[in-house]
Amino acid sequence: MTGAGGDLERRNRRTSLVLGALVAGMFAFGFALVPLYRLVCQVTGSNVIGQARRADAGALAGRVDEQRTVRIYFDATVNTGLPWEVTPLTRSMEVHPGKVYEVRYRATNNEGQTVTAQAVPGVTPWQATGHLHKIECFCFSRQTLGPRESREMPLRFVIDPELPQEYKVVTLSYMLMTAPEQTAARGGESRADSG
Amino acid sequence: MSTTAVAEEHHGAPSGLKRWLFSTNHKDIGTMYLIFALVMMFTGGALAMLIRAELFMPGLQIMQPDIYNMILTDHALIMIFGAVMPAATGLANWMLPMMLGAPDMALPRLNNLSFWLLPAAAALLLTSMVLPFLPGGGAPVTTGWTLYPPLSVQSGMGMDFTIFAIHLLGASSILGSINIVVTILNMRAPGMTMMKMPMFAWCMLFTALLLIIVAPVLAGGVTMLLFDRHFGTSFFDAAGGGDPVLFQHLFWFFGHPEVYVMLLPAIGVLSMVIPTFSRKPLFGYKALVGGLIFLFSLSLIVWAHHQYTVGMSPLATEYFMIMTIVISIPVGLMILNFLMTMWRGAMTFETPMLYAISIVIMFSFAGVTGVMLAVVPADMEYHDTYFVVAHFHYALLPGALFGLFAGVFYWLPKWTGHMYDEKLGKIFFWWNIIGFNLTFFPQHFVGLAGMPRRIVDYSPQFAEINMLSSIGAFIFGTSHLLFLYIVIKCIRGGEKAGDMPWEGAKAGTTGLEWELPSPPPFHSYTTPPVVR
Repeated sequence: MTGAGGDLERRNRRTSLVLGALVAGMFAFGFALVPLYRLVCQVTGSNVIGQARRADAGALAGRVDEQRTVRIYFDATVNTGLPWEVTPLTRSMEVHPGKVYEVRYRATNNEGQTVTAQAVPGVTPWQATGHLHKIECFCFSRQTLGPRESREMPLRFVIDPELPQEYKVVTLSYMLMTAPEQTAARGGESRADSG
Repeated sequence: MSTTAVAEEHHGAPSGLKRWLFSTNHKDIGTMYLIFALVMMFTGGALAMLIRAELFMPGLQIMQPDIYNMILTDHALIMIFGAVMPAATGLANWMLPMMLGAPDMALPRLNNLSFWLLPAAAALLLTSMVLPFLPGGGAPVTTGWTLYPPLSVQSGMGMDFTIFAIHLLGASSILGSINIVVTILNMRAPGMTMMKMPMFAWCMLFTALLLIIVAPVLAGGVTMLLFDRHFGTSFFDAAGGGDPVLFQHLFWFFGHPEVYVMLLPAIGVLSMVIPTFSRKPLFGYKALVGGLIFLFSLSLIVWAHHQYTVGMSPLATEYFMIMTIVISIPVGLMILNFLMTMWRGAMTFETPMLYAISIVIMFSFAGVTGVMLAVVPADMEYHDTYFVVAHFHYALLPGALFGLFAGVFYWLPKWTGHMYDEKLGKIFFWWNIIGFNLTFFPQHFVGLAGMPRRIVDYSPQFAEINMLSSIGAFIFGTSHLLFLYIVIKCIRGGEKAGDMPWEGAKAGTTGLEWELPSPPPFHSYTTPPVVR
């Protein structure tokens, strides 16, 4: 009886420990969900309903149209009140639809303090808008330049081979505007300010 | 082992306060769980009466909106964590060792701890309700039981008490669940294989496993909430890079399986009651075990159907919609099993059986409205209306509370050694069921007509139906006083109950619990019985 009882006690203890470990694991899993959730959202876009999807370069890359070229012009204007100079380093280029290209813009802050701006793109003719896919763009987020800082900003794009044949010239133009400092600052800073 | 220890093993029940405070006896702890649950049921019920009194007429009559929202929050928390879950654990404590032929639960001291955490948690929860009325007590907790940020981050001190209460309740149910799983896995009598266990044990096993998996996630979620409130973190604060929707995922990862945590004990009781009063073995035992495994796994991966309207991508909502509809398969299987058990059985209609039959009908109805709510485009309209309130009360009163009532009536003769008053039992059943349906059935209609839930006031067009609903609620609420009377009367005396008070109680199960005398001795099965 004592032997069997001791054996049972050991088994009970082992089962409880396994279950206790499961509890600890699930508690940790709850916290692991914080980065996991962000990751899942980024990968699947499961909580970004209504926002534009970034182009899937892989899907387009296989269908490069070597026969056809499209001339693309780059342009940038700076809105009144933004003390920046922004110029495209490439003014124009001939591109094959379906192929990924990279161009750069140089932005310079002429003022003695940090300024944040947002670039808003526009495509002419407008019918081409849906066929110009940006894979990486400084316009995806706000850009902040320190006092008198100058920086090159990348733009990677691909023209969809589905672009109707009649469009042979496309202009991509950016308008840069001052972004309110308050909303640009991430939580840590704004909290410190208000607190 | 010293001789004194051996002698102590065969003592009777200790007397006085010590018997309850230091109890390691599964029957005493089971009794304490059930009494605690009953007290909480009356507390939560009183809050429900206040809610229905306020909604008796449009406009503000007896309370301010903040207080109304606090009352509905605590009604839910008290009913779920205070009444239904402890009552299920109480039944498990009483019945599992006797059903499995074990001398006690596997971890008797843990059992004592997991019970005595509950009164502390209840005290915290009640304090959170009193605080707003005290100077400096802060704003009341108005979030609803889901505790969504950012509102829950902005609430007053009462929210901290609520969070700590949830921590304690979670700890209590996790410890209780570990005990149940260990008991079922290790403490079965020789010959009692898993597939010979009464279905109640299977249901409690999956209930406990679900709780062990999901309760820690809720604990983590409310801990993050606490950190956001006091330590400047921003888990759920968008301004700090967090996401308030993350809390909803954490909450419902717990909250959806929680529905099954409340349902399965009742399914377990029905699996004992229906064969008994049909005098036939349970139909499809193996299929039911399989269905439970299926239900257990599915319940963990459908949580976001509570969040269709937060702006998930169509792909995610489609996934959760399909999985949610799939869940109706194992639940339908249970209903089918119960119907087929009754089919051509020699049925009699004692109170537990009346409850069982009414549960099969009313819970199926909740299943139908559940499938309606699972469909995304329809849910966009039903979301946060009284249709949802009617749906989940149809799921949780028949699916949990009435199942527990059936269990109490079924096992009262075993526990007390006296038969309860069958005539009063039947009066209670009809009073209870009519009150319930009068309260919640009309709410489907105001819900479809667009009456939002969790709002203190409503448009005058809903006045008649709400008045009807409130009258139903008062009928329903007062019926439980009769329940209390029946239970007290049964404990104090009554017709002597035999070892097996129900003629068909051993239909298809080993029925070890019915081999013990009624009431069972303080220590039962100290030498394990052999099951053939």
